Amino acid sequence: MAQITLDRIAHSYLPHPKKEADFALKEIDHVWEDGGAYALLGPSGCGKTTLLNIISGLLVPTRGKLLFDENDVTILAPEQRNIAQVFQFPVIYDTMTVAQNLAFPLANRHVPRDEIEKRVTEALDTLDLAGKANRKARGLTADEKQKISLGRGLVRYDVNAILFDEPLTVIDPHMKWQLRTKLKELHRRFGHTMIYVTHDQTEALTFADKVVVMYEGEVVQIGTPEELFDEPAHIFVGYFIGSPGMNVVPCEVAGDRVRFGGREVALNRGYPKLEGRTEVGIRPEFVRLSRTGEGLPISITRVEDIGRFKIVRARLEGHSFDAVLPEGSEVPEGASAVVDPARINVYQDSHLVRGHRLGEA
Amino acid sequence: MRRHRWLVPTLYIIFLMLPIYWLLNMSFKTTNEILGGFSWFPAEFTVASYVKILTDPTWYMGYVNSITYVALNTVISVSFALPAAYAFSRYRFLGDKHLFFWLLTNRMAPPAVFALPFFQLYSSMGLFDTHIAVALAHCLFNIPLAVWILEGFISGVPKEIDETAYLDGYSFPRFFAKIFMPLIGSGIGVTAFFCFMFSWVEMLLAKSLTAVEAKPIAAVMTRTASTSGYELGLLAAAGVLTIIPGAIVIYFVRNYIAKGFAMGRV
Amino acid sequence: MDKIENNKAWFLVLPVLLIVALNAIVPLMTVVNYSVQDTFGNNVFFFEGTRWFEEVLSSSRFHAALQRQFLFTATILAIELPLGVAIALAMPRSGFWASVCLVLMALPLLIPWNVVGAMWNIYALPDIGLLGYGLNWLGFEYNYTRQPDAAWFTIILMDVWHWTSLVVLLAYAGLRSIDDNYYRAAQIDGASGWAVFRYIQLPKMKHVLTIAILLRFMDSFMIYTEPFVLTGGGPGNATTLLSIDLVKAALGEFNLGVAAAMSIIYFLMTLLVCWLFYTIIMQGEKK
Repeated sequence: MAQITLDRIAHSYLPHPKKEADFALKEIDHVWEDGGAYALLGPSGCGKTTLLNIISGLLVPTRGKLLFDENDVTILAPEQRNIAQVFQFPVIYDTMTVAQNLAFPLANRHVPRDEIEKRVTEALDTLDLAGKANRKARGLTADEKQKISLGRGLVRYDVNAILFDEPLTVIDPHMKWQLRTKLKELHRRFGHTMIYVTHDQTEALTFADKVVVMYEGEVVQIGTPEELFDEPAHIFVGYFIGSPGMNVVPCEVAGDRVRFGGREVALNRGYPKLEGRTEVGIRPEFVRLSRTGEGLPISITRVEDIGRFKIVRARLEGHSFDAVLPEGSEVPEGASAVVDPARINVYQDSHLVRGHRLGEA
Repeated sequence: MRRHRWLVPTLYIIFLMLPIYWLLNMSFKTTNEILGGFSWFPAEFTVASYVKILTDPTWYMGYVNSITYVALNTVISVSFALPAAYAFSRYRFLGDKHLFFWLLTNRMAPPAVFALPFFQLYSSMGLFDTHIAVALAHCLFNIPLAVWILEGFISGVPKEIDETAYLDGYSFPRFFAKIFMPLIGSGIGVTAFFCFMFSWVEMLLAKSLTAVEAKPIAAVMTRTASTSGYELGLLAAAGVLTIIPGAIVIYFVRNYIAKGFAMGRV
Repeated sequence: MDKIENNKAWFLVLPVLLIVALNAIVPLMTVVNYSVQDTFGNNVFFFEGTRWFEEVLSSSRFHAALQRQFLFTATILAIELPLGVAIALAMPRSGFWASVCLVLMALPLLIPWNVVGAMWNIYALPDIGLLGYGLNWLGFEYNYTRQPDAAWFTIILMDVWHWTSLVVLLAYAGLRSIDDNYYRAAQIDGASGWAVFRYIQLPKMKHVLTIAILLRFMDSFMIYTEPFVLTGGGPGNATTLLSIDLVKAALGEFNLGVAAAMSIIYFLMTLLVCWLFYTIIMQGEKK
């Protein structure tokens, strides 16, 4: 178990990077708490795999330092860092049995025979693979093979962190949930630092205590799932998290009032003069429909009934504007949208502006 | 040890290039100089041997003949193998597995066994000493090879593409020509490469089936060696010239070499 | 993939069937004919039964040639397979130099076989060939035209020169198919280079190596042109391999009966091994 510190890490795949755009991973400064369960969330190509490989040692960063507790491991080889990694598709040794697979990392480190047996049996038990110990690893299902991959990390007691690179990619949907639950259980039991890379928000939000959202090589927000939902620090986070994503509409901000969609709405916060592109972000979950004409004039294009809730697809002044209504709600003809002012987020050039409580300067 | 890994392929390539270098060396010497002693470079550099070959019909026709039957064979092998490979890939039919196996066994046919029978067969068909005879004879092992390689590539194209084409109203020949063949383009390239290779290098059958008209370069070379004594310079130059078509073909398919072998179906 | 049952597919296969059958069955029938008949000339044949087969199977000349053939094939397999794999392992996994290496290595494979023989014929000559001169200069008494051992050494070296690249290319293709993540996982597991070879590389190369063994066995078993041009089967009979002996009997001595019987036996042996390997490969592919 270890605390992992990223000290101004940046990485470029080019030999001589010159400008900002040459860096696949822009500068990141962050501490991963010992024993935390983190998700690295972002679309393909955002740099999350690069970051993971830097932490595991498969990549040496162009700039910056990496520390495990107090030790500088920036240039240490992976096998010297005591980390374990689970890859996108199950990586197992085909010619060995399940037990032999799990014993392999220990055998390479010259752990005594009976110690190996003990740990392998424990791991097999934890992963519910006890009955298959002597089966050839080749014949198992994909999720069982991923468990073996994970197991090779678990048998090493001194492992600093377990890294996951989109591990559920090749798993059948109904097994995904089972494996996710198993991972959470393992985390609760053993308390390893776990870093889980994914582009699936459900996986990230259900697995992690804290989610690191990345976009185009940058970390745009780090927070708990609630924080990411309520106050997305970046428009991208608003789009990416939540289904459907946040509504974004251009606006004008003056003091404690904001104007968009042809209407003016009073806010519970005040803002100074804002330069640049200003937009409001409102989650569809916080949009109500009213038949009395108050609120914003929207035109409804479609209603999708998901069962547990309804998604109302509408347009406001040419921008898409969705609302999520509970099951069984009525969608009135010619309805207008009413928005809770406390839930309106103001964005300047895609970044969240907090504003100050009314009554303060 | 990691650092010096490049030493292994380098030494191997040097080992490969040495005899070829020697051949080149001798091709630029006169026969007298060659027999006179040992030297790394020609003391008197001469292109006389090359000139002789390129201007003497007995010589250059040997190359022309060889290239002719090789090209004929490649075209025949690939065009006959394409529909067959398609059938093996897409359909099950009576006896298909046995037929496929039987085809493969012909790749393993020892040419020595067939030398005399082929001679008699093609003579009786009046095809002795023709390019088409050698081209057809080489089909014995090249067509099975072509079917095997193409079947692998064709199986890599999903059947859904065929079905979509039929739904869109394509007739089979049109579908095959316009849609399918571009998809297996690299497969056809790899197949043509191997057909070229095995037909170009094979000598026993080519010699047995020819005399004057379609005489391959191999026969010309051996004739020179036996009748006028060892005209080494000339032989060497002839040899060098036979390496060139191979080198050109490899250069063109260099990107596919690994892919073709990766099919595991040489 | 799921194949459609359709016997009309035979039409697609028919052209191939006809050409190969023409080339395979008709000559084979001729051979079979000769193998059970005798002639006094003038194209009059009469049935002899199994006489030729008995003669061949009991002839010491045939046994000698067979022995030499097995010795040859075993030796080159023992050299070319490990050597080819070792070279493939040492090659860069991708990039410009990998391409260059592959192209240069493929060159010997495309040289006409008689040129290979002729090239080595001259290359190994003691007074004017680089190899011959070099070996003698180093102190060895080397003359392949006179000494059986030297002749064997030369034909084996020639075959290694000629065909190892095939093994390299096949093994290289097999290696390339291994995903990088396997190597990464092995690194994290602390595996040694030998462990990586034994548990990751070798298993994944099994398929291509089986094909390599099959091809090299078959082709070396049938080899004719290169050793014939190099040594002519000599000195004496020292390097008279099976094919060379067969052709001598058929085209040289016109001993049709013996040659035909020998052909059949030869072909049957080849078929047997081919069938064995084919079954193994197809089993592997079914998995």
